[in-house]
Amino acid sequence: MKSTDQAGFDVEKVRADFPILNQQINGHPLVYLDNAATTQKPQAVIDAIVHYYTHDNSNVHRGAHTLSDRATARFESARKTVADFINAKSTGQIIWTRGASESINLVAASWGSANLEAGDRILVSALEHHSNIVPWQMIADKTGATVVAVPVDATGTIDMAAFSTLLDTRVKLVAFNQVSNALGTINPVEEMIRLAHAVGAKVLVDGAQAIAHWPVDVQAMNCDFYVFSGHKLFGPTGIGVLYGRRELLEQMPPYQGGGEMIETVSFDGTTYNQLPYKFEAGTPDIAGAIGLAAAIDYLNSQDRAALSAHEDALLAYATQKAATVPGLKIVGTAACKAAVLGFVIEGTHPSDIGMLLDQQGIAVRTGHHCAQPIMQQYGIPGTVRASFSFYNTFDDIDRLFVALEKVRQMLL
Amino acid sequence: MKTFGLDITSADIIDTLSFFDSWDDRYRYIIDLGKELPPMADAEHTDANLIRGCQSKVWLSSESREGRLYFNVDSDAFIVKGLLAIVMAAYNTKTPAEIRSFDIQGFFESIDLMRHLSPTRGSGLQAMVARIQSIAA
Repeated sequence: MKSTDQAGFDVEKVRADFPILNQQINGHPLVYLDNAATTQKPQAVIDAIVHYYTHDNSNVHRGAHTLSDRATARFESARKTVADFINAKSTGQIIWTRGASESINLVAASWGSANLEAGDRILVSALEHHSNIVPWQMIADKTGATVVAVPVDATGTIDMAAFSTLLDTRVKLVAFNQVSNALGTINPVEEMIRLAHAVGAKVLVDGAQAIAHWPVDVQAMNCDFYVFSGHKLFGPTGIGVLYGRRELLEQMPPYQGGGEMIETVSFDGTTYNQLPYKFEAGTPDIAGAIGLAAAIDYLNSQDRAALSAHEDALLAYATQKAATVPGLKIVGTAACKAAVLGFVIEGTHPSDIGMLLDQQGIAVRTGHHCAQPIMQQYGIPGTVRASFSFYNTFDDIDRLFVALEKVRQMLL
Repeated sequence: MKTFGLDITSADIIDTLSFFDSWDDRYRYIIDLGKELPPMADAEHTDANLIRGCQSKVWLSSESREGRLYFNVDSDAFIVKGLLAIVMAAYNTKTPAEIRSFDIQGFFESIDLMRHLSPTRGSGLQAMVARIQSIAA
C-alpha cells in the first residue's frame, strides 16, 4: 500500500525549487537518494550566492568602504539567522567552520588540550562517523586520555544501560550523533546529555544528520557543543557551524592563529579577539555563510512539520517495500529512525548495486559511510544507503525498487 | 580456459564492448569477463596482496616467468572483478617493457564505461594499475 502525505503538502511544488533535480542521468530522470551525503540546493541559495558575488563581494569587518559594510552586515546577519534557527542565546556562540568535521576538530584540539589529562575518558558511541572518532583519538594521544566506545545493539540502538555503566567521574566528555549517518538511528539526546552532566562530563552533539529533518533547540537540548554542516542543510559546501556554551568557549584557547582572531599583535605578546572571532582565523567563507542563511530562510518559509512528516512517510514506504525483496536485509532497524534506509542483498556487493542503480538514474551511496566500526560490528564491508529528503517522492522509491529488481536479475 | 592478455586482448575488449547497444548488455559482458578469470587460491588472499583504498576488496598477485609477468586478480564485487579482467587483457602475460609502454589511460578512454569509472577511487582501478606498474618498473 502506498503511503500518502497529509493534506496540503505538495511535493511537486517543493521540487520546483531545486533545479538540479530536473535532469536526466544515463537516460533516466534523476532519482537523488544520497541526501545524507549532501543535500541539493534550492534556487534561493544559488541566487543568494550569485547576488553576493555580483553585488556585495568584499572582505568583512575591516574595510573602510560601503561594499565591506554591506558584506559585513550580510555576513553577521547570517550568523544571527543561524543563532535563531537553533535557538542559541547569542551570536557570539555561533562559530563559522568549514563543516561539522572541522567543528569537532576545533573542540577536540582547543577544549581537549585545555581540559584533558592522562586517565581521563572520552565516550563516543559505536555509531559514530569517523569525524566524531578520529579527532578524539588524536587529542587522546596527545593528552593521555582514552577514547571508549559506547556499545550499540543489533538494531543499531545505543545500549543505554552500558552507557550509564560507563559514565563515571573519569569521563570528561561525551560525543555522539543525534542521528546516525550510516543507519539512521535517532539517539535519545536529551537523556544522554542529562546522564552525562550528572557525572560532570561535557557533551558534544553531532547534528550533521539531524539538522535537515526537524527543528533543533540547543538550549532545550542542554548540550555543551552542537555541530553541523551547511551542505547537509541545503546550503553550500565549505561552511559549517560550531555552537558552544558561552563560558566554555570563553575559557577555550584559540584553535588557529591568523587575521580576525586577534585583538592586538606584537612580538611581546598577542591578545585575542572576543567571541566568536577568537576562533575565526583568516578571511571566512562569506558567500558560504550568506548561502547557508538563505537555506535557513528557505526552510523557515516552509511548513517544517509537513516536511518531516513527508520524510517519515517516505522512510516507512521504503522500509515496507524493502521487506518484499528476496535476500534483502535492512541494516539499522532501530525503533526511531530518520530518513535512511541502509541495506545489503545476499550474494551481492554494495558497490555492484550502486553502479547498476546509477545506470538507471538512481543516486545512492555505497560503502562503509565513514563509519567502519559499526560496519565491523555487523560483519559487512558496507551497505547500500538510500537517504531521503522532503523533495523525494513515493515515485522515487518505486523507481528504486524497480531498478533493484533489475540489479538482482543481473547479479544473481 | 582462455588466458587474458593472450586469448582475450585489449583490442578484443574494445571491439566487443562497442558492439553492444544497451548498458545492461555491456555490464553483463563485464560481469561475465570477471567470471572467466582463473580462480585465485585462498592462500593468495593475503593482506600483502590486498590493494587498499577500494570500496570492494581487490587482490593482486604476480609472478615473473621467462621475462613475462603473470598476474592473478580477484575481487569480492562482480563488476570490479570484470574491470580487473579488462586490465588483465592489457597487462597479463606481457613483458615489463610492454607494460610500461602500454597507454592504459588511453585504453580506458576508448571504453566509455571505463572512462567514467576509472577516476572513481572506489573502483580500485587506478590503485590496481599503479601496483602493476610498480611491479613492472
